[in-house]
Amino acid sequence: MTPSDSSSRPRLDRRTAIKWMLTAAASVAIMDRAAAAGADTTTSKAAVGYGTDPELNKIYKPGDFWALSFTAGQRRTATALCDVIIPADAKSPAASAVGVPDFIDEWISAPYPGHDKDRALILDGLVWIDAESQKRFGNDFADLVAGQQRALCDDICYGPKAKPEFKTAALFFNKFRDLTSGGFYTTPEGMKDLGYIGNVPLATYDGPTPAALKHLGLA
Amino acid sequence: MPIITASKTQPTYDVIVVGSGAGGGQTAYTLAMEGVKVLMLEAGRNYDPVKETAMFQTNGQAPLAGSSTVDKPFGFHDSTVDGGWQVPGEPYTSASSDPTRQFWWWRARMLGGRTNHWGRISLRNGPYDFKPYSRDGLGLDWPIGYEDVAPYYDKVEMLIGVYGSNEGLENTPNSPEGVLLPPPKARAGELLAQKRAKKLGLPVIPIHRAVLSVKQDAERIPAKLHPQNPTAQRILAQAMRDRAACFWATQCGRGCSIKANYQSTTVHLPPALATGNLDILPNAMVREITMDENGKATGVVYIDRVTGEAHALKARVVVLAASSAESVRILLNSKSPRYPNGLANSSGLVGKYIMDTVGARLGGQIPLLENMPSHNEDGAGGAHMYVPWWLYQEQKAGKLDFARGYHIEFQTGRSMPGLGAATAVAGLTEGSYGRKFKEEARRYYGTFVSFSGRGDMIPNADSYCDLDPTVKDKWGTPVLRFHWKWSDHETRQAAHMQRTFADIITAMGGKPNKLDATGLQAIEPGGKIIHEVGGTIMGVDPKKSVTNQWGQTWDVKNIFVNDGGPFASNADKNPTLTIMALAWRASDYLLAEMKKGNL
Repeated sequence: MTPSDSSSRPRLDRRTAIKWMLTAAASVAIMDRAAAAGADTTTSKAAVGYGTDPELNKIYKPGDFWALSFTAGQRRTATALCDVIIPADAKSPAASAVGVPDFIDEWISAPYPGHDKDRALILDGLVWIDAESQKRFGNDFADLVAGQQRALCDDICYGPKAKPEFKTAALFFNKFRDLTSGGFYTTPEGMKDLGYIGNVPLATYDGPTPAALKHLGLA
Repeated sequence: MPIITASKTQPTYDVIVVGSGAGGGQTAYTLAMEGVKVLMLEAGRNYDPVKETAMFQTNGQAPLAGSSTVDKPFGFHDSTVDGGWQVPGEPYTSASSDPTRQFWWWRARMLGGRTNHWGRISLRNGPYDFKPYSRDGLGLDWPIGYEDVAPYYDKVEMLIGVYGSNEGLENTPNSPEGVLLPPPKARAGELLAQKRAKKLGLPVIPIHRAVLSVKQDAERIPAKLHPQNPTAQRILAQAMRDRAACFWATQCGRGCSIKANYQSTTVHLPPALATGNLDILPNAMVREITMDENGKATGVVYIDRVTGEAHALKARVVVLAASSAESVRILLNSKSPRYPNGLANSSGLVGKYIMDTVGARLGGQIPLLENMPSHNEDGAGGAHMYVPWWLYQEQKAGKLDFARGYHIEFQTGRSMPGLGAATAVAGLTEGSYGRKFKEEARRYYGTFVSFSGRGDMIPNADSYCDLDPTVKDKWGTPVLRFHWKWSDHETRQAAHMQRTFADIITAMGGKPNKLDATGLQAIEPGGKIIHEVGGTIMGVDPKKSVTNQWGQTWDVKNIFVNDGGPFASNADKNPTLTIMALAWRASDYLLAEMKKGNL
């Protein structure tokens, strides 16, 4: 990322900030998005969906049907957060290594009902998490060290136990985690990580293995 | 004779078949094999599953990880074309704004209709299911019994290929020896459910589905199905050889490019076309049936969905198989001064007694399935096991507070991950993320089970459709208005489902999700199960029914209804197999009547 990405970082407007810091409401309905300094949180009006008769026997990637819309700054923060949620380990790579930020961008850019709400939640959340990172550690989220990122995420990772001032941020984190895991576990690497074995033609279907039956006490 | 365009239609046909799904496909097959010149009209576009089916695409290769949208309500890779709960430009309305009184109408605008994506579950109605009124004094008896339909169940099962087993359970008919294909082995979670549910008195047995677990016997079956007809035998044998056995991968709802499961487009239509006796005209949306001065149908008027122009076509006989509700709509829209209430409607019952299947579900998580050694559980692209209704005697003895039964379908296993593959992990682990989340996702993957009840609905006077007085589709044709109400029998049945599913999940050592003890929230809206039947019910009395036992309308001898419309009740058994059996039976009658000169 170039320095200009960070300096052009959208700032949380006061109203949104107050709402995010103080509200304990269970739902997010943030108004006045235009004030979110360059972060267009409304769905692109020009975008259309894939229609009722898309070609099915084909492989698609994010951006094929509607334009992706993350700014460089949003992408940077989203990528960092993806990898805090799904980091690399011995079994599989990190979320960003298999295109999950593109998937999230596709999701929040989609012209379908419901996606506009997710867009608002995600984009406001990305602004919030950078603002919170600055407030606590004097850096953007992507520039924090792992321990700082975890300290912040620990406060927002579980809505029912989050402090009142973090309830809205917890909604954001939960949605972001759902999208990150949904994007990750539908990739070949993610499916393999879960132990999914299939989607290959077989001559016979042999049922559970002896080891599986033994595990269930059915051997 | 092939798939044609509007300019290529013949001046007249023996039979026009409206619709190309289970009823229309079976009708066209039976008639064309016997030399009848048939024109099939399909409202949607031509569709070729061999070329168009997404067989091995993963969810990650579809937009939004393949998840549901308004354009594709069952997910991106679902085979449905130009369809869903809403079809642009072709609305339907609801008489009530009460959310509990809505009817959801699923349509598909494609050759083969809803058979392309259906669940392939193929259960026979049992003897009780044709005589429900005689058994409990509710609803309506059919004018036919199980013994009348059984030979046609045999034939349809042999034609389309159905896996399953014969268990000899009450009102759950066996098929004759050699008719069913072998059932696939049960999956791990299905075996666990079987063992644990047994303690509750629930029989978990192989389900019947229209999937070729092995290749069909192309040497033996054609002669059984068409004993006097060498041409039909030859054509069917070739069609059977062209179908591959299931290769145990991909979901059946996508359709099947190797023709291993039944869909009209891969099973009924290829041999019917090969006879040379069938023309198929896609994009032909039938508006009305035309009549002569003697009270006989002369053909149909259809709208070309591409140009918007209306065209007339002629035939000796018109068979409606447009889906139960769409066939009702065509009859009601065939209005004229002589028939002010539409055709075949002297009883006033066209559109009355529409039914769906009672549906409710409950899921849970099974700790015993955690960390199970990985193996391939794709299987036949759908369920291998189910629970037939098991409380007939208790019900008869008055021990239950609802009159009719349900069967249980369930999902277990390590299926291909979708968008929600790990969604539950956060809640189960108090918000884990990072390496911990990845470990927990591995632990919980494949440990969730979901049970779905599919129950008998009793026809009632509050559930019907008529023409909306003002709303029209984009071609100016009046649309259907639905009226809907579940009775206590259905909501109490849904409540019983909820308790039963919680018991099974608990017996499996698992934790059920929160259940709805009233059934009022758990019951799915009318139509949601997409088992729309009734509306042109069959009977013995022309004053109390729309058709006779062959789907022939009482009022107009050369109009037949060969979809689910003539169902006089809706058993818990999924209706598609019965639609096909009745369509074959009606087509045999139609052939005989034609030969006698009565049509």
